[in-house]
Amino acid sequence: MSQTSALMGFVHRRRRGAELFLLVIALAVGIGAYAAVGVGVEGEVPTDILGYGGWLAALIIGAHIVVRLVAPYADPVLLPVVAALNGLGLAVIRRLDLAAGNGPDEGFARQQLTWMTLGVLLFVATLLIVRDHRVLQRFTYTFGLGAIVLLLLPMLPGIGKEINGARIWIHLGPFSFQPGEVAKVLLVLAFAGYLVRHRDALALAGRRLLFVDLPRGRDLGPILVMWLISLAILVRQSDLGSSLLFFGLFLVMLYVATERPGWLLVGGTLFAAGATLAYYVVPRVALRVDLWLHPFDYYGGEGVRDSGRQIVESMFGLGWGGLLGRGFGNGQPWRISYAESDFIIAAIGEELGLTALMAVILCYGLIVERGLRTALICRDAFGKLVATGLAIVFALQVFVVIGGVTHLIPLTGLTTPFLSKGGSSLVANWVIVALLLRISDFARRPIPVLDPAEEPDVDAEVTQVVKLG
Amino acid sequence: MNKPIRTLSLFALLLFLLLLANVTYVQYVRAGDLNADPRNRRVIDAAFSRDRGPILVGREAIAESVPSDDRYEHQRVYAKPYRYAPVTGFFSFFTQTGIEQTQNGVLSGDDSRLFVTRLVDLLNNASPQGGQVQLTIDPKAQDAAYDGLAALGPDVQGAVVAIEPSTGKILAMVSLPSFDPNKLATHDLDAEVSNYQRLDADPTKPLLNRAIQTRLPPGSTFKIVTAAAALEDGLVENAESQVPGGPSYQLPQSDAVIDNGGRACGTDTISLTQALAQSCNTTFLQLADELGQEKMLEQAEKFGFNSTYLDDLNGQVESVFPDDMDRPQTALSGIGQFDVAATPLQMAMVVAGVANGGTVMKPYLVDKVLSPDLDVIDNPKPQSLSEAVSSTTASELTKALTATVTSGTASPGAIPGVQVAGKTGTAENCDGCRPYAWYVSFAPADDPEIAVAVMIQGSDVATDDIAGGRLGGPIAKAVMEAVVLDQ
Repeated sequence: MSQTSALMGFVHRRRRGAELFLLVIALAVGIGAYAAVGVGVEGEVPTDILGYGGWLAALIIGAHIVVRLVAPYADPVLLPVVAALNGLGLAVIRRLDLAAGNGPDEGFARQQLTWMTLGVLLFVATLLIVRDHRVLQRFTYTFGLGAIVLLLLPMLPGIGKEINGARIWIHLGPFSFQPGEVAKVLLVLAFAGYLVRHRDALALAGRRLLFVDLPRGRDLGPILVMWLISLAILVRQSDLGSSLLFFGLFLVMLYVATERPGWLLVGGTLFAAGATLAYYVVPRVALRVDLWLHPFDYYGGEGVRDSGRQIVESMFGLGWGGLLGRGFGNGQPWRISYAESDFIIAAIGEELGLTALMAVILCYGLIVERGLRTALICRDAFGKLVATGLAIVFALQVFVVIGGVTHLIPLTGLTTPFLSKGGSSLVANWVIVALLLRISDFARRPIPVLDPAEEPDVDAEVTQVVKLG
Repeated sequence: MNKPIRTLSLFALLLFLLLLANVTYVQYVRAGDLNADPRNRRVIDAAFSRDRGPILVGREAIAESVPSDDRYEHQRVYAKPYRYAPVTGFFSFFTQTGIEQTQNGVLSGDDSRLFVTRLVDLLNNASPQGGQVQLTIDPKAQDAAYDGLAALGPDVQGAVVAIEPSTGKILAMVSLPSFDPNKLATHDLDAEVSNYQRLDADPTKPLLNRAIQTRLPPGSTFKIVTAAAALEDGLVENAESQVPGGPSYQLPQSDAVIDNGGRACGTDTISLTQALAQSCNTTFLQLADELGQEKMLEQAEKFGFNSTYLDDLNGQVESVFPDDMDRPQTALSGIGQFDVAATPLQMAMVVAGVANGGTVMKPYLVDKVLSPDLDVIDNPKPQSLSEAVSSTTASELTKALTATVTSGTASPGAIPGVQVAGKTGTAENCDGCRPYAWYVSFAPADDPEIAVAVMIQGSDVATDDIAGGRLGGPIAKAVMEAVVLDQ
């Protein structure tokens, strides 16, 4: 409490000018990369550079204006970092389109720009509609149910579809959709709502065993349910990444809400046991691990003996890129299958080098850092939990996908936020940013001076009753 | 709730540090290993796209890279493909041979001696350029050798090697049938594969460089080695000394009788000069028998038998002089039969050694290595390989071999106004096989500028000792003329 009081004495500045300045740099990255792709691959600046750059600038500046109007105290770093990543992703996807022989109006980049437009619109809509993030607490169980339905959808025959051994897609007519991306936002909100309500029981009851406070048996219900869902995802969908993501997210939020590391111990043990079991029981999981341990044994052969081609080509590309990269148009990122989606990090590493890859990783680090900072200064428990959850889910996803592509951990099928081709992921991530901005706007807003003579401020009243752990 | 959030921040920091450390490891520490993987198509593609330096003969680039507008930035082009293929080899997507292989470092620009050039290219953002390789080949001698051999007909199989005796520079190296390296350097990789398979399966072996990779009995040309051994030993004093002759000779410990094919070899003894001029089998069988295997072997090895010495091309086979022969076999070895086998290059070195006063020079093909800016970065010096015979022996042999051209079996190689020393040979290494014709020579005899060996495989001529001269002589003559008369 004393910490928070000290924070309350500090008044944050709006810093919207700083945000605009950073956004101009971010636009320079995005539009510059698009121009560099044209020069590198085709030898000339793309003819649609003005239209493309204008569109990108309009989206970003539009988002900035909305933030200025409805969330003036929001964190000034998040939007520029996200804009830079999204712009870079578009350019790299365009570069891979060119390698595939696609013109400016066909291929993935054009689709991605459309999805980005939709993402920014949803970002704006989220900021406009959710004027106070605490309203979302009311829909805890709706979100939870929605998330579970979305997660289970791909397992349904008919609309679920298996792509590359992972059953994480649903198909409805011409649209394909990765429901896990949306589910992860809903899950964060549902967990946060649930934990705010039940954290006292989860935190206080229990017994102490070997320096660790273990929870009561009857409180283990939710964590067991979550564990089973994660295992189902792992086994039925062979999707180690999502499984780790959702379970890790739940554990982390439980730990933050209760401040009891015992939950991490219980959950970690459960997950390790489940994953080990899956390794021995599900052959596809075992293959994934073997592919990770000995990728070169699975390269250049026939059938399954060639299933390591993707990761090996990714490593060849990264090695070929070296410190400074080959430059746009001088590498061969098309050798990596799905370079425009899951493996976009390898394409960046090959053509822009270790330097750019580190910059990208640091950008992700910044997003996580801004998210956690928002959680720290946030004055209400729900906001704290949501911000922590969103930041951690982001960190875990970045770690799992970049770690997989760069051969740090076994490969899983997750998208790289803001960079990868993929509409559901892009849209969901823009909404995440909108939520983080909304919470940070609340957290950084100066506390109104409470003068009974003035009109009561609804926000301030609610802020007052929030109890901090 | 802030304490767990701070803990999580550290956890997230750890995750990101792990990612950063790992990409540094893959892209920096491990990059060298990844780039060295033979299955890494990026590296192979880049090597295939590279602006390789040219291979020069005289002032002409016989192999060079020209800009290309397809997937690979440069196309290797061979200006005189069939003529120079045995020397240049080929540069294909999958492999290299010949000079393209042995000088790959220089041609590709990867050689450490080109480091400064590479650094300058990097700083100027220019695409790296390979160095140039200047060959010792004399284009006129090469043309004469190729045209002469090719004139024998479309089915000819054979090789010509010419050496500058005083240095060991290879002035000509021709092998037929040859191939078109352009068809293997093509950017159409499917076509390359089928072209290569066709060449590889061809029974006439066009990919074989017969000058260094075909080993055949040298026949009568080997009598030079036998004569050299006899002179060195003191068994024969000089070119005019009397040596055993006669119309026929029965091999020791054997019933086999060998004659001279009707040539004039006297009844009892003749001069060494006459024995060489008339290519008397009876003489050299007896000399080899008297010298014995040890001395014959020693002399053959001093000329380069049983070793390899050519660094500028890979795949050279050793010429063979056996060390486990009985008496009749040793006698047969004296006329270049039994299991004695030599490459055309080896026989060229035998005559070059005699021509150079007994000193055999190490043969080489790379005259100079130049940077892309034409700075000389390597200028190989001639090296002596061995003192095969004394200068006295060499001059006696030269006298006898000169007589062989003026009044003996090697007359087809004579050049008006120039003293030529030469020797013919014909051999077969199995009954009923088509014989091999040999011709070795050097000119001018008093101040040799060039030594030549011509080998013609599978020609349709009788097993006649003169045949070697009739087929090979004119070719050797043309090659010698190209150098000697070109002043």
